[in-house]
Amino acid sequence: MSREAVTAAHVDSSPPHAGHGAHADAAHHGPVWLAHHFDTPAQQFDTAKIGMWVFLAQELLFFSGLFVAYGVYRSWYPEMFIAASRQLNKEMGATNTVVLLFSSLTVALAVRYSQVGNRKMTGRLILTTIGCACMFLVIKFFEYKHKFEGGLLPGRFYHPHLEHLVHGSPPLPDNTGSFFSIYFMMTGVHGIHVLIGIGVLIWVWIRNNRGEFSKEYFTPVDIVALYWHLVDLVWIYLFPLLYLI
Amino acid sequence: MTYRMLATEPQASSWQLPPAMSDTAPPVDNTYNFIFWFSVAFTVVITALTLYFVVKYRRRPGVRSEPTGHFNRLEIFWTVTPTIFIGILFHVGFSSWIKNATAAEGATEIRVRGKKWVWEFEYPTGDRVPSELVLEKGRAYKMIISSEDVLHSFFIPEFRLKRDAVPGQYSFIAFTPTVTGAAHVFCAEYCGTNHSGMGATVKVLEPNEYQEWAKGLGKCVGTPEECVPERYGESLFAKNACTTCHGVGGTGMVGGSKGVGPKLAGIYNTMQPLMSGGPVMADENYIRESILRPNAKIVQGYANVQMPAFVLKDDQLDAIIAYLKSLK
Amino acid sequence: MAAITTSPAHHEEVDPNASYLEASKGIGNWLVTVDHKRIGVMYLIAVTIAFALGGVFALLVRAELFTKGRTIMDADTYNRMFSLHGVVMVFLFIIPSIPAAMGNIILPIQLGTKDVAFPKLNLLSLYVYVFGACFGIYSMINGGVDTGWTFYTPYSSSDPAHGGVGSPSAVLPMTLAAFIMGFSSILTGVNFIATIHKMRAPGLTWRRLTLFTWALYATSIIQVLATPVLAITLLLLTMERFLGLGIFDPRLGGDPVLFQHFFWFYSHPAVYIMIVPAMGVVSEIIATFSRREPVGYMAIAASSLGLALLGFLVWGHHLFVAGMSEYATMVFSALTFLVAIPSGVKIFNWVATLYKGSISLQSPMLWALSFLFLFTIGGLTGLFLGMLAVDVHLHDTYFVVAHFHYVMVGGTVMGFVGGLHYWWPKFTGKLYDEKWARFGWFFVFVGFNVTFLTQFVLGSRGMPRRYYDYLPQFQQLHQISTMGSWVLGFGFLVLGTMFVRSLIGGKPAPRNPWGSAALEWMTPTPPPLYNFVKDPVLTRGQYDYHLATDDELYEGYDDPLFPKRMSKESREAKARS
Ligand code: HEA
Ligand code: HEA
Ligand code: HEC
Ligand code: CUA
Ligand SMILES: [Cu+2]
Repeated sequence: MSREAVTAAHVDSSPPHAGHGAHADAAHHGPVWLAHHFDTPAQQFDTAKIGMWVFLAQELLFFSGLFVAYGVYRSWYPEMFIAASRQLNKEMGATNTVVLLFSSLTVALAVRYSQVGNRKMTGRLILTTIGCACMFLVIKFFEYKHKFEGGLLPGRFYHPHLEHLVHGSPPLPDNTGSFFSIYFMMTGVHGIHVLIGIGVLIWVWIRNNRGEFSKEYFTPVDIVALYWHLVDLVWIYLFPLLYLI
Repeated sequence: MTYRMLATEPQASSWQLPPAMSDTAPPVDNTYNFIFWFSVAFTVVITALTLYFVVKYRRRPGVRSEPTGHFNRLEIFWTVTPTIFIGILFHVGFSSWIKNATAAEGATEIRVRGKKWVWEFEYPTGDRVPSELVLEKGRAYKMIISSEDVLHSFFIPEFRLKRDAVPGQYSFIAFTPTVTGAAHVFCAEYCGTNHSGMGATVKVLEPNEYQEWAKGLGKCVGTPEECVPERYGESLFAKNACTTCHGVGGTGMVGGSKGVGPKLAGIYNTMQPLMSGGPVMADENYIRESILRPNAKIVQGYANVQMPAFVLKDDQLDAIIAYLKSLK
Repeated sequence: MAAITTSPAHHEEVDPNASYLEASKGIGNWLVTVDHKRIGVMYLIAVTIAFALGGVFALLVRAELFTKGRTIMDADTYNRMFSLHGVVMVFLFIIPSIPAAMGNIILPIQLGTKDVAFPKLNLLSLYVYVFGACFGIYSMINGGVDTGWTFYTPYSSSDPAHGGVGSPSAVLPMTLAAFIMGFSSILTGVNFIATIHKMRAPGLTWRRLTLFTWALYATSIIQVLATPVLAITLLLLTMERFLGLGIFDPRLGGDPVLFQHFFWFYSHPAVYIMIVPAMGVVSEIIATFSRREPVGYMAIAASSLGLALLGFLVWGHHLFVAGMSEYATMVFSALTFLVAIPSGVKIFNWVATLYKGSISLQSPMLWALSFLFLFTIGGLTGLFLGMLAVDVHLHDTYFVVAHFHYVMVGGTVMGFVGGLHYWWPKFTGKLYDEKWARFGWFFVFVGFNVTFLTQFVLGSRGMPRRYYDYLPQFQQLHQISTMGSWVLGFGFLVLGTMFVRSLIGGKPAPRNPWGSAALEWMTPTPPPLYNFVKDPVLTRGQYDYHLATDDELYEGYDDPLFPKRMSKESREAKARS
């Protein structure tokens, strides 16, 4: 009986306007990239944007737990933190900072070119960004390798080999393992974010090559760039906290 | 303090609560009864109104609901009134709590150690007694609670007291037993397989009975190290070379006016000025932290000397603290 | 007001106007669907299974406590039993129950849109949930966990395999399970926020949102802002157990109380993830069965947001005896009371809505009124626990157990089951047997109170929680409580049977069986694939009973409770128009 399909009576019976037609028409109601449940491109774009911002808020809180742990430990063992952070390689850290900052720039430019419909430049810039991200990981790999060799590992695996320590550094207190616990957790979680970033960047790069983006539709480039900026931002805090102060 | 008055018979001020056996119980009971009747009143009013409306305005043919208007006055009323009420509730709960949180002057200190799955009590004489806590009626006590493994919680319903035993720090409760009799100590923080079996008995004795019982104390056989915590602490203090920096009362190796480290005699229970501003009370936790994490709080005037962190076992720390407390 | 339009018949392969249940067939189609209603239905099935599983654990817990000493299991098994009960009920059942299952189905319809903002993300969240649940099941097969649902360190983090003092049970997979399921919750939250902001039908202003939508909005905010903190905490915990990080274990230089701060920073807001959606359901039911716009609509909506925000400030009330500074203790106690205000505002407004309403006591309303009564008790006993002096005595006793069952079962589960009754016809297109529904309700209501009222007394008298064995003086009350749990279990069994019978042989449901003015009742039952035959444009609010036409409310509708009377009313209505 109810299958008679009664529309909501307080649904206005005014003639269907753009995007509000009956779903019955088999023809799609807009450009191919407009998902079925959106009415207008603007709506789709705004929705993606707000979704991404909310997601980034979530990311910040995710990292905040680590920052709090860092703060608490630093206030308990200030001398240990200072001694331990001397073991980190400032040059490599600084290089990585520059690399990530640069990648933020390239990804921002990629969005710009995508907005004006320049597919070629967009592609190149995304590739550069991916390159930077990989470079970051390679440098990080060597840093980690060095820590492994020196036995500067988290928690119960912390067994420093004195010959590997940085020359002229103060002796490491017994509980320095906690510093490396926090160091590996923070940079590790950040590194996973970089990996995920590379994944989604490759995804937009492929879609860009396929010509799916245009002046009208560049939402994925935009939101992936937002994500990448966050990854960068987190590192901007990690670097001074772990390496410098 | 009015609440430190002594009652004579175990009595509960409510059928819901166990008998009250210490001075800390009556404030809790009063608070409990207050919030209980407060809640009963609200529940009864809300339920009665609901039932009344449900009957009165039940659906009848031809009778429609009245459109909802605006009731701004009403909204303000039932936002502001509870706000006043919660102010009262907080005040009542807080003031009873703060009364119970402060130890009386010169309270007898008993160390309570929790470990899987037994409570151990250490009397001032150094005797360690598992699973039985004997107290004297009318005497003020302070329990110094610690744990050797995981979290536990020291809980005596008859005293209305509970405090977690946290490994790595000390926690305190203070009370004066007011009624003789026996009660049960529970472990209220989950600690594994035998959590529910981690109990002990408390016995509150009349002073003369207590004297009788206490004769059994202080008969520790063994070296002074094992029996008297202060002695043990003194030897540890020397062994760990604390004396190199801390001229104990001017008798240490670094004599004279000011040693490498601050003078430790008599610091217990005094305020210590810190570099980071704000003085801090030198209680057990502070001393413990000063040894394990010396640079977390730095005493004023010692910014450029660093005390190394020491790794010591719990009972060693206890002993050093006992020793430092004994220095005057 | 607007007239009824009947859309022309369609003769295509996939009829977009066919109900979402029939639009495409086969299990494969369900597994890859991005339709929010189907995802919601799958969630609903999953959380119901989780509830039944958690309920079985609960009955076993109660059975063991029937006598002191060993009744049916040993201490280690008991500890695993209540831990699994807590973990399953919290992470697998109650958190996704209303938002991810019912919210998913109803929210887009109440917004007058075709789907949630990110349909694929929605499906992903379901899969993440299932993936996490697999880890949970893996842990259970490997002996389960015995840490309690709170995973307190160092018991959880210190692995005896590495010389630690902690739990020997399968903690790693279980914490990973909770960690993973957290992301499912976050994704749902992100999705709903974007949906509510950007996908509302024309004419659906913020002031015309249903209170259920407002509740989900508030819930989503908490999910997005609190859950990541749990995620990082559990990650640190797993790593601590795995690598010996030393962040929470004092033997390695860490601080166990820090873990408690982290954990409750999530888990207190999480209790509002549990209760606020249920409050939304209750608002809907009370409006519909009083035929009246809720009194203080804006106040109720604002109080949902208020709970969401205040909920972030009070986590410390779980640590009153755990070793916090006195100052922090005082501040947290004061802040705790603040959450009573928005909760009270809700209660008072609901009661006021009944006044001069047209109240029908059909089964969904019975659940909503039970919520009112039981949540009031649960909430007020929360105030006992917020009062410092009293909490010192009551902390970690059965009083706390009774408190949170009164809010979680008496609150959320009542809301959940009430919502299930209320929207069942819409979800399935079938009516259920009202007599059985009332029968089941009666047993649940009575059984629940017998089970948990006794526990308040047990707690006040000093019975600690998580106890396998107890002193003789507690036995009598424990036995009453256990017998209550049987009545409770029987009630749920009746309800389960009733719903199954409805699926198999239930009468087809009309479009609007309750005579509600909200949007989801304006579309066919069950709704078509894209929710509406024609995109809705709202010209009135969803509670404007005085603006709704009789056809909207009563067309094709017979009150299952008073068929004669209501037929007459709709006859009169017809005659008037
Ligand atoms: C759905 C879940 C839910 C909800 C909604 C609540 C709501 C509240 N809870 Fe509860 N709580 C839990 C779930 C929940 N809780 C759980 C699971 C635990 C234990 C976890 C564990 O340890 O395992 C717990 C534990 C817990 C504790 C710690 C106890 C302890 O371990 O020692 C405290 C302490 O303050 C507390 C307080 C409160 C308060 C003040 C509210 C308030 O939000 C209640 C507000 C409602 C009302 C007050 C009633 C309605 C208002 C009126 C009728 C107006 C009149 C009121 C006034 C005038 C003030 N809860
Ligand atoms: C949503 C949360 C939730 C729910 C619903 C419940 C429901 C119940 N709980 Fe639980 N409980 C917790 C959350 C919950 N609990 C938590 C978090 C803890 C703390 C754990 C810890 O300490 O770590 C706890 C602890 C806890 C304890 C304390 C254990 C201890 O401290 O030693 C007890 C003891 O009585 C108990 C009992 C019950 C009972 C009898 C029910 C009953 O209401 C259950 C009723 C349900 C059923 C009996 C299922 C019936 C279903 C069917 C028969 C199938 C029907 C089919 C369909 C509907 C299709 N619970
Ligand atoms: C290398 C020198 C040195 C040694 C060895 C040393 N300390 Fe210290 N100690 C200091 C200094 C310097 C301070 C003040 C700065 C600070 O608070 O950290 C201090 C502070 C303290 C304090 C806090 C005093 C106050 O006034 O608040 C305590 C307690 C303490 N030490 C105990 C010990 C114990 C016990 C040992 C041995 C196990 C020890 N110290 C060994 C140098 C030392
Ligand atoms: Cu010790 Cu529980
Ligand atoms: Cu809480």
